[in-house]
Amino acid sequence: MSSSMIIGQYIPADSVIHRLDPRSKIAIIFFYVVIVFFANSAMSYGVLALFAVGSAFLSQVPFRYILKGLKPVWFLILFTFLLHLFVTREGDVAFSIFGWDVYKEGLVQGGAISLRFFLLILVTSLLTLTTTPIEITDAIEELLGPLKKVKFPVHELALMMSISLRFIPTLMQETEKISKAQASRGVDFRTGAFKDRVKAVVPLLVPLFVSAFKRAEELAMAMEARGYQGGEGRTKLRELQITKIDVYLYIVFVLLVMALFMTRN
Amino acid sequence: MEERQVEFRNVSFRYQEDMPWVLKNVNFTIGPDEWVAIIGHNGSGKSTIAKLMNGLLFPQEGEVYVGGTKVNADTVWDVRKQVGMVFQNPDNQFVGTTVRDDVAFGMENHGMPRDLMVNRIQQSLKAVRMEKFERHEPHRLSGGQKQRIAIAGVLAVSPEFIILDEATAMLDPKGRKEIMQTVSDVQQERDLSLITITHDLQEVTMASRVIVMNGGEIWMEGSPRDVFSKKDHLTEIGLDTPFVSKMADHLKKEGVRLSREPLNHQELLEDLCISRSTM
Amino acid sequence: MHISFDHVSYIYQPNSPFEHRALEDLTFSIESGSFVAVIGHTGSGKSTLIQHLNGLLQPTEGVIHIGDYTLKAGEKNKHLRELREKVGVVFQYPEHQLFEETVAKDIAFGPQNFGVDQKEIDRRINEAVKATKLPEALLDRSPFDLSGGQMRRVAISGVLAMEPKVLVLDEPTAGLDPSGQKQIMDMFYDLHKEKELTTVLVTHSMEDALSYADYILIMNHGKLYREGTPLELFQQEDVLEAVQLDVPEVIAFLTKAKKEYGINLEYKGQSLAELAKELAHQLRGGSDHE
Repeated sequence: MSSSMIIGQYIPADSVIHRLDPRSKIAIIFFYVVIVFFANSAMSYGVLALFAVGSAFLSQVPFRYILKGLKPVWFLILFTFLLHLFVTREGDVAFSIFGWDVYKEGLVQGGAISLRFFLLILVTSLLTLTTTPIEITDAIEELLGPLKKVKFPVHELALMMSISLRFIPTLMQETEKISKAQASRGVDFRTGAFKDRVKAVVPLLVPLFVSAFKRAEELAMAMEARGYQGGEGRTKLRELQITKIDVYLYIVFVLLVMALFMTRN
Repeated sequence: MEERQVEFRNVSFRYQEDMPWVLKNVNFTIGPDEWVAIIGHNGSGKSTIAKLMNGLLFPQEGEVYVGGTKVNADTVWDVRKQVGMVFQNPDNQFVGTTVRDDVAFGMENHGMPRDLMVNRIQQSLKAVRMEKFERHEPHRLSGGQKQRIAIAGVLAVSPEFIILDEATAMLDPKGRKEIMQTVSDVQQERDLSLITITHDLQEVTMASRVIVMNGGEIWMEGSPRDVFSKKDHLTEIGLDTPFVSKMADHLKKEGVRLSREPLNHQELLEDLCISRSTM
Repeated sequence: MHISFDHVSYIYQPNSPFEHRALEDLTFSIESGSFVAVIGHTGSGKSTLIQHLNGLLQPTEGVIHIGDYTLKAGEKNKHLRELREKVGVVFQYPEHQLFEETVAKDIAFGPQNFGVDQKEIDRRINEAVKATKLPEALLDRSPFDLSGGQMRRVAISGVLAMEPKVLVLDEPTAGLDPSGQKQIMDMFYDLHKEKELTTVLVTHSMEDALSYADYILIMNHGKLYREGTPLELFQQEDVLEAVQLDVPEVIAFLTKAKKEYGINLEYKGQSLAELAKELAHQLRGGSDHE
């Protein structure tokens, strides 16, 4: 049933990583992405990897889910590796394969870039695996807060995101319902020439749009009736709180940065 | 003027200037702790009345007063605190990503402090008997449950009037029963007036007063018993009467005398027993 | 068309954490030309059941026969298209499926997909709007400019224009006002008689089940809980109550009359006027004995 579908890839658990403030997670990931590019020795890569894998371990997210998240990018990682392997023509030849020389430098560079790639994807997918979409929305609203001063509609943006999240399952159910209704009227979504299949989408999309607009109109009215008048003067139930574990995370991260620069060549 | 009442004074309304009037010179007052049902078929102006009470629309002629304040662009935000509304489609009024977020939405809009919100969420969920669902997501709730959350969200702001605008129309019989049970409990426990706009005759019999709308005008007004006893008036504008009412009518034609217009099975049967012993 | 289910089960998302058995070991048959009501509370499997009738869902276990068509677990039916032409389904809130620029085009959509020629389609459009009592003047209007009730009629016309032999109705009156509900149900009943259709109605209204159906299937937790004629089933108040269903109001009234007031009147499908007459007679009869 579509109602049991999981939104995003959030895996519920009560781990340290889950309990971190989403703002901390986003900020740390941002800085992690930056410092990854400073690594240039085996040891420095090792330190970075330790942090990422350690976090993954602490998150209590089953390993297979993490791998599943990496699935779409395996190919990219492999491709990057091979590209470096074949394009780099410096240093000593490591070995030859089908008459093609593979250089040592290529192996090292390819390995390093792929590892970087892997680490980046690992930490970002940890964010979505351990943080609900709505928490991410709250964090973005808070982090973008200063932009309110330059009239950037931060509150509106966050509200838009949270309403979209709220309506994703509803619209999924609706899509299923309408496609069944049209299939009963003889539309074939699955077989036939590409042109016909594109044409078959019209009877699905038009009703979906019509209904989405109607929903939007009714929702706007309901929100207004409940006293909504924009972000001003509004209080919030959802509260983000920096706790002890966030402070630990900052300390660990500072140590990580120090370790990274000590192990650099 | 009475503080806690809604008053319509010579209200006329139309959506656009070249369009026909949806409401024509409507006058009525709803007092404290009343339960008023508004019936009438589609296009009779029922829902427009609801929207005028809450300042979602403003009349072109006449005035609407809520708690002694005239509803206009300046007062509308205060009015909305006093008048809560529950709409027809359970999905299209659920704003929050979880039950507690949705219940909080109205309170957030009115700038209530967070501690108070947490408190009120508990209370209001208890009032609609949904306290176990605080963390649930809307797509895992039934239509009736979603409507109960909508009621909780309205209660949390502690309004003086609650309008149910065909709030049970899209529900199954079980959901309907749940909502009506909830609403009647809430009305008894709290100081508030209830305005139900409905097609459901069962709901009408629960009200203390009925306003029948037709063609933008008040067609009839009175207690459910009065209104249902004037069946010809109702059928004239294409409205149905409840089963007991019809049964009573047929019995009268057969020469059975009844002391009053029955509102439920019990009342009709009691009356029959009396007439049996006197026949 | 004769319909039969033989040990049919349906499982949503098998072998996943969300596995859910929606139908369990259903065996029943529906006579050709009968009007069958499927009742049961929300989540009892009614909707899943009817989606098997035109092959939107394929049984996980068991076999279904609809006329000459067979839907068997694990076997792909190559004639789904033909089956869907013969089994018209009116879904809940069918007006949500409208999409064409004009009412006429939307009604024509189904027959066009099934390869009906234009002349025949025009004839069918006329017949369909006559049946649903849509004014012909609306044919060139956009369906989205119409009232909710009219949109529903357009959607129903679109299904009727397929000229199905089996009509499946999933709560066709949901959300309409009482007079609209009665009009729509009477229309389906007339069509059922006139075209000798086999009609399957999913409903929450026990009143409709009593007034229109000649056979009832009661679903509960994906299983067939009871089946029988309306008169048989609705006399058993406790059996219905056990699965959170009400009895039609007239029967509830007579049961109460009997239990609490000793008024003994059996329901045999009388009209209200007839019942009142019998009731009045009995009340007088009571006084004879004094």
